[in-house]
Amino acid sequence: MKIDRRSFLSFIIGGAAGTTLSPLPWKLMDDMSIWTQMWPWTPVPENGEVSYANSTCTLCPGGCGISVRLIDDRPVKIEGTEGHPVNDGGLCVMGLSGLQLLYGQSRVKGPMKRVGKRGEKNWEQISWDEAISMVAEKLDELRSDGESHTLSCISGSDQGTVPELFKRFLDAYGSVNFTRMPSIDDSYELVLKLMHGVEASAGFDVENTDFLLSFSSGILEGWGSPVRMFSANGSWKKSGGKVVQIDSRLSNTAAKADHWIPINPGNEVVLALGLAHVIIKDSLYNKEFITNYSYNFENWKRVVLNEYSPESVEKVTGINKTIIRALAKDFAGAKKPLAICGKGQGKNPGSTSEFMAVHALNALVGSINTDGGVWAVDNDKQNYIQWPDVKKDSVAESGAQRDRIDGAGTENYPYTRYLPNRFIENINSSNESLVKLLFVHGANPYYTLPDTHNVRKAFEKIPFIVSFSSYMDETALNADLILPNHAYLERYEDVPRTRSFNRPIIGLSKPIIEPQYNTRHSGDVIITKEKKMGGSIAAALSWENYEQCLQETLGDKWETLNENGFWVDETFKVPGWKNAFKTPTLKCDFSYNELFSLPHFCILGIKGDDPSYPLALIPYDSMRLANGFIGDPPFVIKTVEDTVLKGKDMFVDINPDTAKKYGLVEGSKVILKTPNGELKVRVHLFEGIFQNLVAAPRGLGHTGYDKYISGKGANVNELIGTFEDPASGHDAAWGIAAQLIKV
Amino acid sequence: MSQSEDKVSENSAEKKQPRQPGENEQGNGSSGPILLLFIVGLVISLIIGWVIFPKLLYSQKKQPIDFNHELHNQEVDEGCISCHFFREDGSFAGVPKNEQCAGCHEEVLGESTDEAILVEEYIAKDKEIPWLIYSKQPDCVFFSHAAHVKMAEMGCKTCHGPIGKSTSLKMYEENRISGYSRDIWGKNISGIKKNEWDRMKMNDCAACHKEAASAKASASKRSPQLFFDLLAMVFPDAGKPQKTEACFVCHK
Ligand code: SF4
Repeated sequence: MKIDRRSFLSFIIGGAAGTTLSPLPWKLMDDMSIWTQMWPWTPVPENGEVSYANSTCTLCPGGCGISVRLIDDRPVKIEGTEGHPVNDGGLCVMGLSGLQLLYGQSRVKGPMKRVGKRGEKNWEQISWDEAISMVAEKLDELRSDGESHTLSCISGSDQGTVPELFKRFLDAYGSVNFTRMPSIDDSYELVLKLMHGVEASAGFDVENTDFLLSFSSGILEGWGSPVRMFSANGSWKKSGGKVVQIDSRLSNTAAKADHWIPINPGNEVVLALGLAHVIIKDSLYNKEFITNYSYNFENWKRVVLNEYSPESVEKVTGINKTIIRALAKDFAGAKKPLAICGKGQGKNPGSTSEFMAVHALNALVGSINTDGGVWAVDNDKQNYIQWPDVKKDSVAESGAQRDRIDGAGTENYPYTRYLPNRFIENINSSNESLVKLLFVHGANPYYTLPDTHNVRKAFEKIPFIVSFSSYMDETALNADLILPNHAYLERYEDVPRTRSFNRPIIGLSKPIIEPQYNTRHSGDVIITKEKKMGGSIAAALSWENYEQCLQETLGDKWETLNENGFWVDETFKVPGWKNAFKTPTLKCDFSYNELFSLPHFCILGIKGDDPSYPLALIPYDSMRLANGFIGDPPFVIKTVEDTVLKGKDMFVDINPDTAKKYGLVEGSKVILKTPNGELKVRVHLFEGIFQNLVAAPRGLGHTGYDKYISGKGANVNELIGTFEDPASGHDAAWGIAAQLIKV
Repeated sequence: MSQSEDKVSENSAEKKQPRQPGENEQGNGSSGPILLLFIVGLVISLIIGWVIFPKLLYSQKKQPIDFNHELHNQEVDEGCISCHFFREDGSFAGVPKNEQCAGCHEEVLGESTDEAILVEEYIAKDKEIPWLIYSKQPDCVFFSHAAHVKMAEMGCKTCHGPIGKSTSLKMYEENRISGYSRDIWGKNISGIKKNEWDRMKMNDCAACHKEAASAKASASKRSPQLFFDLLAMVFPDAGKPQKTEACFVCHK
C-alpha cells in the first residue's frame, strides 16, 4: 500500500480527531496553566503553626520592641510590639527588613582568617578553637612585652552587658582604650555633666511637648529613637502641637513642620542665642527656674544681651529679625516648649557650644526635667550592671595609669568620654604604633567614620584587627580575623537606654531562631578567651557563659524581660528641679556658655578657605538609608527615590541657580571635589537648598556586604573631614568646602 | 488584461473541468485506505490519549513510611481531628508533625519495619517525615478548613473520602508537569467522578458552592448588584456569585 499525501493527511486528521476526543489536550492545558502559575522555582512559604516571639531590634539605637512572626520555627515577618513604651506597634522600614539581614548573603558563616592582602576578600575558614587561640596568642604576646595598653576596642555602644564585658576585659588586661562610636549622645552627656553636674543621658518627653523647636534634628529622618519620633510627630498634628524646623535643607522634617526656617549650617548656635536674647530682654523666661535653680546666669545674660541682638543675629544668619523675635515669643509663650539639636539622625556629636546654647534655651523657659521638656535620665538609676571591681594585676595597673590614646578625660578634654575622631588622628600622627591590636564590635568604623581616607590610613597602621561582626561589612573586610557574632535574631543581648527616651528602659534581644551558621556570641568569645588567658583576667569573669552572666546581671528583671522583651521603670517620675543638679552650687550652671562669644564666633566644622572650593558639601540623612553599622537591605534600598540613587549613580542636591551657574541640568554628571577627595556623582536640582550648598545622602557606596547592598552610589564620608570642637574635642564638622566640576 | 490575471483565469478554467471517475484519487483509486488510515490515526491517538498519556504524565512515588489510618483511628477518641487538629488560632494543622507521633512512638512499638524507620530515622533524629500530600493544592489557592469543617459542619469524608478506613497508604502519583498529586484531577483521566471526593479541582468546589449560593439567593432576595447581574446575563449558568464566591476568596 503506497502512502500518498492524501492518506497521510487522513491519518493526521484521524489522529487529530482522536486526540481531541481524548483527555490529552485538555489535561495538558490544565497542567500547563497550573505549572505557569506556580513556577517550581518560586519560593513558597511553608505552612505551619503561627506564633510570635517578642524581642528588641538592635539595628539602630532606637530600641524598638519587635514581635517576630514565626511559622513553626522559622521567622517570617517582623512587626512592632503593641504596647511597647518606645514604638507601640510601629516599626521602621529597616526594622521590617531585618529578616533579609538574617537570611541574606552578607552573613559571615564562621570564624575566618585573612590569607590575602587586607580587603582582598581572601579568607580561610578556621575553627573556633584556632581562632580564639590566635587572639589569645596575640594578647599574650603584647602583655608580656609590656604593651597591654596598645589593645583598643571600638564598640557601637558602651551600654549593656556585652560592651561592658569588652570594657571589663580591657580593664583586666591593662588597657583604657575602649571607644564608642560618635553620636549626639557624646554631646548631650557632656552638656548634662557641665550644666547639671550629673552622669546622665538626655531623654526628651516629646509626647507631651506642645512646641518643638528643632535645630536641624531630623525628627522624620531618624533622630533619637526613629519610630517614637514618627509617632510623636503624628500626635503633635492631632493635638495642635507646633513644630518649627531650622534646617539648611528642605528635609522631610522641614517639609512636614509648621514652619521651616532655612539657615546656613553652622549658624544654629547664633540663632539659639538670638532667641535667648529676645526671651531675656522681653522678660519671657521662667523666673522661678532662673531665680532658684540657675548659677552664673547673670554673666551669661550679659553676653547674650550685649552680643546676640536680633539685629546682630540677622547679620550672621541672614534670618530676618522679625522672624527671630516672633519665634522667640512663640517658643517662650508655649506651655511646654522643647528645643532639640543634633543634625539629621545625630550621627555626629556636633558643636558643644550649639548643644549648650540649645540646652540653655530649654533652661530659660524652664523646660528641664518637666513635662514635655528635656530630662536628665540618671545613669545610676538604670545601671543594673553591678559587677565587682576588677582585681588588677601589676600589668593591668600600669595600663590603667596611662592616658587614653584619644586624649578623652585628659587635661585638654576633661569631661569628654570618647573621641574616636582623635583616636584615628593620633594613630596617624604618631611615629609609634599606638594600637597593635584592635577589636571592633557592633560598629563599622571603616565605613561610618567621617574622613574615610584617614580611617583607612589608621587601619593600615594597626598590625592586627579583629572584627566581631555578623556581616561582612567594610571593617570586617579589612580585618585580619573575623569572629562572627550570632545575628541579632539569634542571640541574647540586653539593650539598655534607648536613645532620647525619657525613662530608664531595658530591652532584651532574644534568640528567635537557632544560629544558622557556625557563629558564636561575642560575650561567650570574651568569656572563653579570658579563660584561655588565665590569671587575673580569667578571675575578672567567673561566669560559665554569656547567658549565665546576663541572667545573673539582670537578676529579678530577667523574667519580665524574657516575657515582654522590655523592662521599664514604672516608678520613674518627672525628675523636677529640686535635687536635680549636682554641680558644686547644686544649680543649673550657665558658666560654660560664656565661652561662646559672638566676636570670637567662627562657623565650626568646615575645612579650608581655598577660593577654589566655593561651595559647602553637607551630608543628609534619610529614613530610607541606613547609615549605621548596617547597610540598606534590598527591601529598603528599593524605597530610595531615583533622585537619590539611580542604578549605581548617586545624586547630590543642588539649587537650580547653582546648576545654571555651572551649566548643569537635572541628572548631569559631575565630579564632586573636596579637600579630602573626589567622587563622581549626578546632580538633582532642588529648590529646597541654598545656592552655596551641595547635599549628599549618607548611607550609600558600601563595598562590603553582598551584591545587593554594595556598589550602590558613593560613600560621602570619603569626602568629609573631621573638625575638632575646641571645647570638647568632639568632631563638630557639619560639612566641608567643596567644588563641582562638570564632566 | 495583465499577465497575472491571465494565470488566474487559466487556473480556474482547469478546476472547473469535470473530473473523470477514478481520477479523483491518484494511485490505487479507492477511498478505502484513506478511511483506514483515518481510523488508524484515530485509534492510535485515542490509545495515546487515554492509555499511554496518563501513564507518562504521572510518576509513582512511595510514601516515606506506610501508615494505617484505620488502626490509628481505633486508638484515638476524637476521630480524624485527634491528629489532624485545629490549632488554637483556628488554623488547620494538616498533616501531623513528629510531635504528635512522638506522644506514643517515642519507642519502637511492634515489629513492623515502617515503625522502626519512624522511630529511628525521624523521631529519634528530630527530623520531620516528608509525607507526600495527596490533597495538596497550589499555593495560590486559599482554603480554610475552619470555614468548611467548623462553620459549614462538613465531614472530612466529603472531600477526602473514607481515608480513615484505609489500612495502608496508596502510591503517590505525582503529575510531572504541575507537580501535584493525581488525586486533584482525579484517578479517572476523563475527569468524571463517581464520588464527591474523587476530584479536588476548582469545578468541584464551585459545584458545591453554586448549590449553596443558589439556595441562599432564593432564601433571601438579593439587592441588585450591577456587576454580578451583568455577569449573570452574559453567563446565565454562572450562578449569581455572592461576595463570598468572588475569585479572590480562594485565589490569593
Ligand atoms: S527605628 Fe531602629 S530600632 Fe526601631 S525598628 Fe527601626 S532600626 Fe529597629
